[in-house]
Amino acid sequence: MSKHTLSVLVENKPGVLARITALFSRRGFNIDSLAVGVTEHPDISRITIVVNVIEALPLEQVTKQLNKLVNVLKIVELEPGSAVQRELVLVKVRADNETRSQIVEIVQLFRAKTVDVSPEAVTIEATGSSDKLTAMLKMLEPYGIKELVQSGTIAIGRGARSITDRSLRALDRSA
Amino acid sequence: MTMTEQATGAHPQPRPRSGGQPSAPEHVTGAQSLIRSLEEVGADTVFGIPGGAILPAYDPLMDSTRVRHVLVRHEQGAGHAATGYAQATGKVGVCMATSGPGATNLVTPIADAHMDSVPLVAITGQVASKAIGTDAFQEADIVGITMPVTKHNFLVTRAEDIPRVIAQAFHIASTGRPGPVLVDIAKDALQAKTTFSWPPVMDLPGYRPVTKPHAKQIREAAKLITAAKRPVLYVGGGVIKAHATGELKVLAELTGAPVVTTLMARGAFPDSHELHVGMPGMHGSVTAVTALQKSDLIVALGARFDDRVTGKLDSFAPYAKIVHADIDPAEIGKNRAADVPIVGDAREVIADLVQAVQKEHSEGHTGDYTAWWKDLNRWRETYPLGYDQPDDGSLSPQQVIERIGQLAPENTIFAAGVGQHQMWASQFIKYEKPATWLNSGGAGTMGYAVPAAMGAKAGAPEQTVWAIDGDGCFQMTNQELTTCALNNIPIKVAIINNGALGMVRQWQTLFYNQRYSNTVLHSGPEADGKQPSAGTRIPDFVKLSEAMGCYAIRCESPDDLDKVIEEANSINDRPVVIDFIVHEDAMVWPMVAAGTSNDEVMFARDVRPDFGDNEDD
Repeated sequence: MSKHTLSVLVENKPGVLARITALFSRRGFNIDSLAVGVTEHPDISRITIVVNVIEALPLEQVTKQLNKLVNVLKIVELEPGSAVQRELVLVKVRADNETRSQIVEIVQLFRAKTVDVSPEAVTIEATGSSDKLTAMLKMLEPYGIKELVQSGTIAIGRGARSITDRSLRALDRSA
Repeated sequence: MTMTEQATGAHPQPRPRSGGQPSAPEHVTGAQSLIRSLEEVGADTVFGIPGGAILPAYDPLMDSTRVRHVLVRHEQGAGHAATGYAQATGKVGVCMATSGPGATNLVTPIADAHMDSVPLVAITGQVASKAIGTDAFQEADIVGITMPVTKHNFLVTRAEDIPRVIAQAFHIASTGRPGPVLVDIAKDALQAKTTFSWPPVMDLPGYRPVTKPHAKQIREAAKLITAAKRPVLYVGGGVIKAHATGELKVLAELTGAPVVTTLMARGAFPDSHELHVGMPGMHGSVTAVTALQKSDLIVALGARFDDRVTGKLDSFAPYAKIVHADIDPAEIGKNRAADVPIVGDAREVIADLVQAVQKEHSEGHTGDYTAWWKDLNRWRETYPLGYDQPDDGSLSPQQVIERIGQLAPENTIFAAGVGQHQMWASQFIKYEKPATWLNSGGAGTMGYAVPAAMGAKAGAPEQTVWAIDGDGCFQMTNQELTTCALNNIPIKVAIINNGALGMVRQWQTLFYNQRYSNTVLHSGPEADGKQPSAGTRIPDFVKLSEAMGCYAIRCESPDDLDKVIEEANSINDRPVVIDFIVHEDAMVWPMVAAGTSNDEVMFARDVRPDFGDNEDD
């Protein structure tokens, strides 16, 4: 089993996300995480999918099938070494007068932020790679995690090159 | 991107006439805009049934002189008819239905067309856009429902979008790897006032099918072909869809390599040609199955290594290198890794291959397949397709089908249902031309034959069309014979009536200890198997067909066989149905049992061919 991060540029139209997620389940692939948002061009959305691939079902098959979807403009696999990957977590941790300062210390160690404080809890916002966030959550766990919400991974390649350039030109031509 | 730039496919499909000046805007309703679009795109025949949500479209349809609407009796019939029309003519088939159950009844034929890559456009009415999502009367999310079984689909809620979406739907359906496209139109969009002008500007930035093969890959393939000792051209339905059968004949004769044609490709290469060694697969000929299995090079042309062809995949053709040419990149490497992958339209691929092989020949590299042909010819002589006559003097189903094929006028189109009769029709009718054999290959849809034959006859009225059907299949969709009778679509139907769901029964005979659970259709001397059945008599197919306006007769004896077939061939003013009562125990051979290796192909029950590899012999 291996994890791959795909950046999928799609037309920003209703139902496109459903087409993509349905294709993954139909073809027997597991989505590990998913994040969607518009790009610098309002007609293009970017979907970042982290997919778990088992040996028998090569990633190539899912990218080829994705490419056949009429609303899909481009698919790029982002390699961990040459891309920046980030997730966001918001986590509510049980805190009292005794533990609050320890928790804040952990927050600082991980360059996270305290976004809400109440007598019984603090809410922490943290961004980073999945590994970093897992490490932070492990540190916070003994204090009691009351509530946790995580975003899907988003990722962007390092360097000056942009994966949206050519797709934008294709879109301009069709306009 | 304009339409002309988009239109890269090699298929002579109806598509928006993009030449000349755009027409002046006409003030119309959405419904009129839909019918005008269908006219412009060249849709001459539409199969459908009206209902509430699609009703606005049927009003201008009544006045159209360029679009003929055939009122069917069930939406499934409309879908298969459109498929039969498309497969017989090479044009896009069109079907139309209303929202809710009308649309869901189209799902089976849409899925069927998807599996067999048939260019189809399905137009459905949808409840008014404000009512979508409210569980309104006859509302169904048909776009959501058909997402996995269409090449693409659209929901239209604005009248001004109709011409563009129709143009795009026909373009997507007919180019690249063809497939079904559904267009769901909200009722208020059909009723709204709009303007119509043609051609519309298409907006498909993510749709760019590759048709031109890569020159380097073609050269590589040509080298392998001339270096191989035991090559096989493995020809699939893509060759027929790409209108590449002429090129294929040139390539085959140039190389001298044997050709196998899959179930979807019957007719792509003449059966009478000496290089043709038959159909591969579960019920293929021993020679075709074994040729692939023992080959050192498989050149797959518009074929997809389907499980019915490969048998147990990891033991399929263990010595073969693979050249895999397909218009759909996702097919290449999906089931079997390709040594030389070629993405492109089959016609361009084969034409380029011919040139590349000629170049190899001119450099003195010609393949020597003499030893290979010695093996192939020995298998061909020892294990020809055949069947036994029943001992009791009853009709043999294979003989019925074989005689229909032999007595058919030239250019006859055959449409089969699914099951034993389908396999026999693929084996014992000789196909010489493309688009003369229509069947449901991928989906295996029982009930396909009658409506598909209807669609084929509507599209090719000059050609004789025979539906070869089973008594099980016939009971699923025979109501379209009424449509045929009322619309001057005189098809001929042969019911191969063995009183059972024959293929399932065959599996019960072979793999379930002859326990015939729920495969008996007849009412005769019962399912105890002690007395032979005399076919399904309830319903009485002769009376049933007569009630639907057909000429119908029953044939129970080999002595009458030719007479009734010739009679059927001579009647052209109404549909003809012949109820052939055949022996129930006939089985389809050869056979590769599901999940076993093609090495285990059985020539007949308990008879494995001798390939000289069995040490016990």
